[in-house]
Amino acid sequence: MQLGKVIGTLWATRKDEKLTGLKMLIVRHVELDYKPKSSYVVAVDSVGAGAGEIVLVTSGSSARQSELTEGKPVDAVISAIVDKLDVDKT
Amino acid sequence: MNLAKVIGTIWATKKDKNLEGLKMQIIQPITVSRENTGEPIIATDTVGAGQGEVVYYVTAYEAVIPLNKKMALSDASIVGIVDHIELEQ
Repeated sequence: MQLGKVIGTLWATRKDEKLTGLKMLIVRHVELDYKPKSSYVVAVDSVGAGAGEIVLVTSGSSARQSELTEGKPVDAVISAIVDKLDVDKT
Repeated sequence: MNLAKVIGTIWATKKDKNLEGLKMQIIQPITVSRENTGEPIIATDTVGAGQGEVVYYVTAYEAVIPLNKKMALSDASIVGIVDHIELEQ
């Protein structure tokens, strides 16, 4: 999973019908110290994340491994809201 | 599978219900000569790896298999702790 920060919401009226009802958020990838990277992703929200929150993004075929996203055309989903992380690179 | 070093732990109360109870570790992918390669990622851990240990991990859908669940939103899982690597020159 990758670390990201929710920076916005995306609305789309015309879309694949299987995507109806899914909330789409714009997530900026961040470093372990929450410093933003240049890349971002559009991800389905499965946990009720809000703007500014640090989240985990699950990508690829694994993004379909939930009741919400099973069988749907998605490749990125927010799978957790991060409370805290602890890093020791030594 | 690829090699990585465990560099941290992550806590998340609100998460996919199939991830509940699973430990998540921050891992830094490394080469066989233990140099960092690429960006750190977050992986589910079912083998009980600890800080600083060298592990190997699977990515993509295969990461769900070790969790013994029908579904779970994991795209990386630690599947073993490396005791020793011997390289032929």
